[in-house]
Amino acid sequence: MTRLRAVVVGASAGAIEALRSILPGLPADFPAPVLVVVHVPPDRRSLIAQVLQPHCALALREAEDKEPALPGTVYFAPPDYHLLVERDGRLSLSSEAPVLFSRPSIDVLFETAAEAFGAATAAVVLSGASSDGALGAARIARAGGAVFVQTPETAAATAMPRAALNACPGALALTPSHIAQVLLQAVLK
Amino acid sequence: MAGDVEDIEIKLLLEALHQSYHYDFRGYAMASLTRRLRTARERLGFATISAMQERLLRDPAFLPQLLDYLTVQVSDLFRDPAYFLTLRETVLPHLRTYPSLKLWIAGCGAGEELYSFVLMFREEGLEERTLFYATDINPAALARAQAGVYDLQRFQLFTENHRRAGGKSSLSDYYTAAYGAAAFDKSLRSNVVFSDHSLATDAVFSEMQLISCRNVLIYFDPALQGRALGLFRDSLAPRGFLGLGARETLRFSAHADDFEEFARDERIYRLKARR
Repeated sequence: MTRLRAVVVGASAGAIEALRSILPGLPADFPAPVLVVVHVPPDRRSLIAQVLQPHCALALREAEDKEPALPGTVYFAPPDYHLLVERDGRLSLSSEAPVLFSRPSIDVLFETAAEAFGAATAAVVLSGASSDGALGAARIARAGGAVFVQTPETAAATAMPRAALNACPGALALTPSHIAQVLLQAVLK
Repeated sequence: MAGDVEDIEIKLLLEALHQSYHYDFRGYAMASLTRRLRTARERLGFATISAMQERLLRDPAFLPQLLDYLTVQVSDLFRDPAYFLTLRETVLPHLRTYPSLKLWIAGCGAGEELYSFVLMFREEGLEERTLFYATDINPAALARAQAGVYDLQRFQLFTENHRRAGGKSSLSDYYTAAYGAAAFDKSLRSNVVFSDHSLATDAVFSEMQLISCRNVLIYFDPALQGRALGLFRDSLAPRGFLGLGARETLRFSAHADDFEEFARDERIYRLKARR
């Protein structure tokens, strides 16, 4: 795999539990930004970053429009906005219509990450009850990036991992703690 | 590479749009613009972006269809109620000290934000002394704003937002519903000027006490954001106010030093005193 430039993560129902098993496994000097879409209600504030921060060495926060995505940082899509990656690696927000009833949409993040980072992208699809992320993960796989999917047996909601595995025959199904390990191996290469 | 060809096609289409029709999308953030152009290509039934460009160049009647895809018109009445509540409680007391006021809603889309402001200013007794400028680049959006007609199903959320925004009257007093739609009372438009204005190509046109431009700058690249923010700075009266979208910031802008944070969480900025 090419040197990893970004990890993109999509999660929905059961997200906190799964992220709780992955993000604490990544060190503060993890050399790529981690971009995360979690399906959250469109209220003003989401507490995910605050809830997970005490367990993590990485800095966790919500993305701001047009900020450069930096290593060592986990950027969450804000409630009610899509999170996109520009070709120059900056993050963009958008309040365009929901995709598959979701804003933020995992597919939107994954598709734009595939175009910005190509084969240097690693996608992670976690627990969730929709099919969001499947198309985007397939785009990342076609661009030569790696796709890791939470094993449906370990997911609180299995639909999203199953849809991603169906859409990406080359994807690896792993438990969340294994996903943290393979991400570390990917960046150490 | 198919992706590279599409990149060229998109650049050419934006160039055609600019040269033929003077709409300048060349400074827009490409990630979401590319997605919107792909959606337009699919839904309007073109095999390629180039084919869509040819239609655009030959058929002026096609322009409005494409513009509706290129501009984003997603909003609600009193979207982000906390923004309006903060304006009501902390900015309006300053505005109240002026004998006359000018307010600019830049990128008004289909008008939800405009009606939110007019309603709030009416409730606060400021409407009569205020001139509201509502501008957008999309004539179809301006026509929707001018009509003030929205799907009745949306009014449950509108009413809830209005209440959370500190609304002092009943929203139902301001609209009439029929056949699944609701139209705002035309008296709400008495002091409104609707106008075609582009943050990418047009200039300062008046001096404002308050500019509200929310979820517009996110579609621009950093250079165009800088142009728009410079335009806002030059359009504001001394110590005027600027309201941005809930996730927009001046932090990465060259104009950050011209403004102070007035209400940080609500993204309300105030022009610093000129030296």
